[in-house]
Amino acid sequence: MDARTESLRIAGLHAFYGESHILHGMDIVVHRGECVSLLGRNGAGRTTTLRAILGLTGKRSGSIMLNGRETIGLAPHRIARLGVGYCPEERGIYASLSCEENLLLPPQVDSGGMSVDEIYAMFPNLKERRHSQGTRLSGGEQQMLAMARILRTGARLLLLDEISEGLAPVIVQRLGEVIRHLKAKGYTILLVEQNFRFAAPLADRMYVIEHGRAVAEIAQHELEEKREFLQEFLGV
Amino acid sequence: MTEIFGVPLPALMGQLMLGLVNGSFYAILSLGLAVIFGMLNIINFAHGALYMMGAFFAWMGLTYFGIGYWWALLLVPLAVGVVGVAIERSMLRWLYQLDHLYGLLLTFGLALIIEGLFRDQYGASGLPYEIPEQLTGAFNLGFMFLPKYRAWVIAASLTVCFATWFLIEKTRLGAYLRAATENPRLTQAFGINVPLMVMLTYGFGVALAGFAGVLAAPAFQVNPLMGSHLIIVVFAVVVIGGMGSILGSILTGLALGVIEGLTKVFYPEVSATVVFIIMVAVLMIRPRGLFGKEK
Repeated sequence: MDARTESLRIAGLHAFYGESHILHGMDIVVHRGECVSLLGRNGAGRTTTLRAILGLTGKRSGSIMLNGRETIGLAPHRIARLGVGYCPEERGIYASLSCEENLLLPPQVDSGGMSVDEIYAMFPNLKERRHSQGTRLSGGEQQMLAMARILRTGARLLLLDEISEGLAPVIVQRLGEVIRHLKAKGYTILLVEQNFRFAAPLADRMYVIEHGRAVAEIAQHELEEKREFLQEFLGV
Repeated sequence: MTEIFGVPLPALMGQLMLGLVNGSFYAILSLGLAVIFGMLNIINFAHGALYMMGAFFAWMGLTYFGIGYWWALLLVPLAVGVVGVAIERSMLRWLYQLDHLYGLLLTFGLALIIEGLFRDQYGASGLPYEIPEQLTGAFNLGFMFLPKYRAWVIAASLTVCFATWFLIEKTRLGAYLRAATENPRLTQAFGINVPLMVMLTYGFGVALAGFAGVLAAPAFQVNPLMGSHLIIVVFAVVVIGGMGSILGSILTGLALGVIEGLTKVFYPEVSATVVFIIMVAVLMIRPRGLFGKEK
């Protein structure tokens, strides 16, 4: 594969929160249509990687190319407009907005996003609860909403942070189906997951993150032979 | 003559109307403060000075350029809004990462400078501004005479207040504003230009003050100190209502105007302090204010 099929290329990325230096030369490539998962212990820098892509950390240096375009100097709203959808770890549902206002909040960044009807067909609960205050929704519904609202915008690269965290198994299963569906529709997905069993079958490739850099890369077909390494490394 | 608790009805209604007029100014000014605080986290002490600037712009427009009241009502808020945008771009935006206190100090300093400039130029004695022809005279309501200009002030400011409430609570733009107030970083990461919204919010908030200034020009004298007299009470109104709520600041403003008016009738000795007495009582029972949210 060459640069024309790259959705995201991160090279030598350093990122800071105030004085603390979190990312130490991160290198990651995600091709269009791929689902890539970042594995690693808590505090390894996976969430920071997603936030750095959007310019939500403090100082950044290095290179972040989106569809061949350098974005390291851009403001967050300009980065999002290049077709990046973000589902944050804390879900980021707004208390001062209704469920439907939350859904309609992110502006269209490209054509080809799902219509509201398609989204309501995919997440019927959200239709039922569209007039409820965003934070009155259950944890599962809030997670669905956080996913749904970035599917409307036409963003083709989705950054999903710990979407299965704290949810009932049946809802986690439903999220897995949603991601398979999105993969089939050609979305590019960068998945940060603590839940290895959830992420492993979905990801085409995985990066192992440690101390703010990618220390190993594992393709789906290598999963069996590297299982021992992963078990030792992640404690799964 | 009809009397209520020994007070003649026309006197009572007169004070009630005057209270509503004052309450209208409190409402529109505290609304602007609430919107600005929500978005910028800055307690805008320059609000009174910008209200005074609105009144002066109306007077200057009429005196130097022959721009009448009705045009002033439209143009002056725009001009004050532009001043606000310039203040935000050149000064306030450097303070967002810092404690509230820095914004308060900066805007307080600005208020002193703006007031000082107008005082230096126009003195402190006040300049007259005629009530526009269409609004002179009074309605005879049978039980009292209602000066047309007072009725207009109440109607105009209520309209503007509720239009603002509608804009913020019921429209798409308002949803952006609420989202950016609640979680600015994430909102920006969705592709919304939050720094631009912050700038326009400050411009809009002080434009409301400018609008109030134009309304005030014929009702009171145009005076460099008119803002600092009013703003102390308005801050008490904001504290009583609570910083977080749009509707709360409108209702609290009106209610306190009325309470102040009625106090003038029934117990004039405390009419100048009643707002502060209520403020102390509210703070003791509900420190975040009547409509405030935890923040």
